[in-house]
Amino acid sequence: MSEYVKFTEDMIKTHTILVPDMLPVHFKLLIAIFGSKGYKMELLTNDSRAVVDEGLKNVHNDACYPALLVIGQFMDALKSGKYDPDRTALLITQTGGGCRASNYIHLLRKAVAKNFPQVPVVSLNFSGLEKDSAFRITAPMFLKMLYAVLYGDLLMTCYNKCRSYEVNAGDSRAVLDKWQKTLGDMFREGGTKFMKTKKLYRAILDDFAAVKQTGEKKIRVGIVGEIYVKYSPMANNHLEDFLISEGCEPVVPSLLEFVMYCAAGTFNDAKKYDSRNLNSTAFKLGYKLIYSKQKELIKIMKEQGAFEPLHDFEYLRHLADEYIDQGVVMGEGWLIPAEMAALAQSGVENIICTQPFGCLPNHIVAKGMSRVIKEKNPNANIVAIDYDPGATRVNQENRIKLMLANARR
Amino acid sequence: MANTFSLGIDVGSTTVKTVITDKENKIVYSKYQRHFSRVKETVNDQLKIISGSYPGAHFSVCITGSAGLGLANAADIPFVQEVHCAFLAVKEKVPDADAVIELGGEDAKIIFLTGGVEQRMNGTCAGGTGAFIDQMATLLGITADQLDELSLKAEKIYPIASRCGVFAKSDIQPLLNQGARREDISASIFQAVVDQTVSGLAQGRSIEGKVLFLGGPLHFLNGLKRAFVRTLGLDEEHAVFPEDGPVFVAYGCALYGAQSGETLTIDEIAEKIENSRASDSIVTGEPLFTSQEEYNEFIARHKKYDLGYADIRTYEGDAYLGIDAGSTTTKLVLITGDGRILYHHYSSNLGQPLDKIAAQVKIIRESMNPKITIKGSAVTGYGEDLIKAGLAVDFGIVETVAHFKAAAYFCPDVDFIIDIGGQDIKCFRIKNHTIDSIMLNEACSSGCGSFIQTFAMALGYDIAEFSKLGLFAKHPVDLGSRCTVFMNSSVKQAQKDGATVEDISAGLSSSIIKNAVYKVIRANSPDELGKNIVVQGGTFLNDAVLRSFEKELGRNVIRPAVSGLMGALGCALYAKENTTGESTLISGEELANFTYTSKSAKCGGCTANCQLNIISFGKGRSFVSGNRCERGAGKGKKNSIPNLYEYKYSSILAGTGINQPARPVGKVGLPLCLSFYEQLPFWDTFFKEIGFETVISEESSRDMYYLGQHTIPSDTVCYPAKLAHGHVEDLLNKGVDFIFYPCMSYNLDEGESDNHFNCPVVAYYPELLKANNLRLNDKNFRHPYMDMNNRKNIIRVMKETLKDCNIGGKIKNAVDKAFEAYHKYQADIAAKAQEIISQARAEGRKIIVLAGRPYHIDREINHGIHKLVTSLGMAVITEDSVAHLGHVPELGVLNQWTYHSRLYRAAQYVTTQPDMQLIQLVSFGCGIDAVTGDEVRSILEGGGKLYTQLKIDEINNLGAARIRLRSLVAAIDNKQKSGGEKCQNT
Repeated sequence: MSEYVKFTEDMIKTHTILVPDMLPVHFKLLIAIFGSKGYKMELLTNDSRAVVDEGLKNVHNDACYPALLVIGQFMDALKSGKYDPDRTALLITQTGGGCRASNYIHLLRKAVAKNFPQVPVVSLNFSGLEKDSAFRITAPMFLKMLYAVLYGDLLMTCYNKCRSYEVNAGDSRAVLDKWQKTLGDMFREGGTKFMKTKKLYRAILDDFAAVKQTGEKKIRVGIVGEIYVKYSPMANNHLEDFLISEGCEPVVPSLLEFVMYCAAGTFNDAKKYDSRNLNSTAFKLGYKLIYSKQKELIKIMKEQGAFEPLHDFEYLRHLADEYIDQGVVMGEGWLIPAEMAALAQSGVENIICTQPFGCLPNHIVAKGMSRVIKEKNPNANIVAIDYDPGATRVNQENRIKLMLANARR
Repeated sequence: MANTFSLGIDVGSTTVKTVITDKENKIVYSKYQRHFSRVKETVNDQLKIISGSYPGAHFSVCITGSAGLGLANAADIPFVQEVHCAFLAVKEKVPDADAVIELGGEDAKIIFLTGGVEQRMNGTCAGGTGAFIDQMATLLGITADQLDELSLKAEKIYPIASRCGVFAKSDIQPLLNQGARREDISASIFQAVVDQTVSGLAQGRSIEGKVLFLGGPLHFLNGLKRAFVRTLGLDEEHAVFPEDGPVFVAYGCALYGAQSGETLTIDEIAEKIENSRASDSIVTGEPLFTSQEEYNEFIARHKKYDLGYADIRTYEGDAYLGIDAGSTTTKLVLITGDGRILYHHYSSNLGQPLDKIAAQVKIIRESMNPKITIKGSAVTGYGEDLIKAGLAVDFGIVETVAHFKAAAYFCPDVDFIIDIGGQDIKCFRIKNHTIDSIMLNEACSSGCGSFIQTFAMALGYDIAEFSKLGLFAKHPVDLGSRCTVFMNSSVKQAQKDGATVEDISAGLSSSIIKNAVYKVIRANSPDELGKNIVVQGGTFLNDAVLRSFEKELGRNVIRPAVSGLMGALGCALYAKENTTGESTLISGEELANFTYTSKSAKCGGCTANCQLNIISFGKGRSFVSGNRCERGAGKGKKNSIPNLYEYKYSSILAGTGINQPARPVGKVGLPLCLSFYEQLPFWDTFFKEIGFETVISEESSRDMYYLGQHTIPSDTVCYPAKLAHGHVEDLLNKGVDFIFYPCMSYNLDEGESDNHFNCPVVAYYPELLKANNLRLNDKNFRHPYMDMNNRKNIIRVMKETLKDCNIGGKIKNAVDKAFEAYHKYQADIAAKAQEIISQARAEGRKIIVLAGRPYHIDREINHGIHKLVTSLGMAVITEDSVAHLGHVPELGVLNQWTYHSRLYRAAQYVTTQPDMQLIQLVSFGCGIDAVTGDEVRSILEGGGKLYTQLKIDEINNLGAARIRLRSLVAAIDNKQKSGGEKCQNT
């Protein structure tokens, strides 16, 4: 691997770390956590056509769309003049695994090196990659991040539900903004207030439940797929907003599911391939911890009753076994069929499966599994939508409308 | 007033359909009209006609169609999805239909009505419908109706890639240039549309029962109807082509509208549409020219690069003829010894290059001063071989060489040449006066020059007029830079959003440029292209395209006035330099009686059974095309140039037939696809050792692909994966106890890499096969997960997998034997490679490392590219046979896939061998090669080697590959001549 600019201790004080726009609700909380440790971070929001153009210029056109957008967004930001390249760093997640996505960071570094050789690229990973970086995640931080994901998922779930039915436009947004701030402040202050989960969960749920709703019946549409395209409004052409404008309720599975899928993959594989070791044992323990936190949230959501709880992860694993082996761990792997099945079984029978054009794992886990999912859930109404710099909105929306026409029949 | 009438408006990508129904749901009025992108105007024209016939009446109204969505939203008129409309209309008119196939301008749909209602629509990467047929007709220089007539007289069908319009075009073009009958090509085009619809949409469901065919193309084109009926095996009773097929969807739309309460008068509707405001969501760029002065300056600047002229009737002395038989155009130049033009010609070849060029040579022969002697002639382009044989031209040269010659004539210090022709984009980087690297467009983005032309025609303009429109457009639309099929939808979207034809014209020019710069050249900045850039090719005659290029690069470039003739000029210059003093070119008398006959035949020289097309010109001259090696061309002799692809293919199968157990405990099927192209020796040995009879699926073929086509769920997956479906079907047909096909996240660790994954498709394809082939179940398809690096794991997993077979004790030993066989196979391949290298060196041959994946040795996947390489006199070895001799150099990416890591090592090894070059074979749709391609390129270029990538898919035609390979050879020769070839140890 070629040499690249390191993120050093000194840079923590001097540099602003730019964060790509994928999951605004969650990422704002994560930024607050890093803020408490002295890191200055900023969530990017630039999403003009220039982002795509920069992506096309800097990434091989056959590389997948998320890489193109993430890198395009960084390059566009750096070139905007808003940031001093001598005091800016870039943050990108790195999962490892057999998918092309593991290479994003390298493609980003290539692009950055050509234009802004002084700008370091920081890896956010939980696999112990790039240990020489001053950007480190300690165990307590990891725990905080877990809570941030839980809160983020809760906010996102409630918000999507509420805003689909709100009587007064903007009510749900106000609740979201309020909690985004409250939780953000808690994390930034660095105390342990965020640990009072039960109380906070209930308060959030009650607040959202108090938003005045129309009570009408709407078509519920699940969104699954490749993680970036599924969540990022820039990548999926504001899919959630589009569905709401079409009179539907978007249902987006939680980020925690993906986190747990990654953790489960490690110890699953260890068992499958007779290669148990310390690392896999650690992941198993980590998984157990996360799962207990998920169960706690689910329990409170059930008790409160206004919102449908998140999918229990063990239930998802169990569901997956009906369709595909849990050994399929590249990309979103077995999680996609499991989520589709879980959605269909919980009454969200209309499902949009989003992916970058030509996404390799999704040939198998999304398009490849649609038939069996429809077979076992005859009412499932699934449409696969490809996203790409050249794919037009009208094409995508037309196919979604076809799916909705099916749903309304 | 009562809701008496209902009006349905169907706004498609190319047409507007209106239908009025009465309260009995009967059609009382209907109209079908092309809109040439003037959507709003066309709709309102139709409304005006209706208004005249139904003064004062009230209508419930509804809009549908792919281009109707935006209009409906903007005009605040209800919208209904078109497939839903079709559904309603069918229910009303043909309630006993079982399935509906509807083809529109750019969409294809199937509705299954019985046995589980399902509606399907083509995905984003699937042109090949009405617009596709129009485009193909344009290519042949005829109308769609003429295409239809021709198709009815067809004698044979050529295989044409059916997935996407651009691919099909790459298949058709060479057929045309090789003189195939237009009747046959026409029918083949329709068959391709049928195949695409049936395979792309049905995806595992068979189309049976009473089938209803809808949409314009299926109404007007009899040849297409016939192809559908024949392919689906329908009789008259079960194939329904309704009278009002073209307006059927509009009818459904009217039915839907009738259910709503609100009614309007036609004038009110027209007013709503008139006043509708398009959204401002279109992204626009800067105008190409802001003023007439700016344009004049531009024209004056480019005027400088022109040639002198001499009169063909009065000039006396030597002359040289250059011919460029391009994919869609024919170019000829006759020059004097001092480079003045005596005669030039540029025209579309209308699919008949030979006739066109013969006629032109005749004109030259007849009109030239008797005191002119043609001392030499040369030809280049797709039709090179045909023309050279037919007209006895002295030299045939590679296009790249021709273009470089011509460019250097205008600009001796040229750094970069970019040529955009009808179908190709060719770019050459020049260093030290030799071609340093060549970039050609991939199959996926080809067709750009002719695309603009087809588009202009679709909008009702001729090309010159259309591109002029763009020059002063105020807000050129940003249409993206992907392939042309995507551009079609982008244009549709822009139209919907109210862009003018001017804006679209300018936008298309800019798209072509963006495609060239970012996709073909892959440049980050203009500096990478160098200072002196020469642009050429017919497409650059278009001022809007030229200006877009200058704007995109931010610098001026040189466009010779003979931009469209550069290939021909290069040929003439070449003929001049290499003349023997006398030309063999066909004489005037011979031309007067010039005729030829063409017939088709099967080669039979080997198992490939190439479809040959033989053209005889009399006097013993003939031309054979369709062959993959020299044998078919009648050159008889068996090809003795060493070729590891052939050897590897036969040796992977060599062991399988023998040593079958005498009394087998069972019969296991092993599919010859993807990972088995490497692991077959392992599993074949393993199963025989434990007492199984092994059955290997038949060799891949086009038919094998068709066999499994109906079970392919994702039409954008790579061709090697698609073939797996056929292999599984084949094994099921052979009657095995079970098929064994393991899933492997990890491949074998060969060291020197960060990890050793398989790609997701190779790793988990068995899961997809099982989920989509209804004949497979847990019993007859076993796909356990294992890690081949862990012997213990293999043994445990295989014990579990075969626990019902009662062979427990033998497994451990069988795994050992299997590994032995696998290592023996690998060692054998490596040894054979050394043998080939020595032989090649002894014979003074260049050696090509044709680097791909193990499954690229499949003949149906590589289409015989390795034979093409040997036919150029070079020896072929594989990447895995030399990977262990190299090491992984410093990379800019994660090196985590076993197969791909071999590419890096093989590339590094090649840089240490002066007589070796590497060509990377890439299957279309392989996203991982988007990562490896750039790395392999930088390893090779860093070591002073040329990088060549060949993209392969279903396409069976090697025309483009041949040009690339010949260019490579020419470039290597040139480099060697100029001493450019150097060897670096990195």
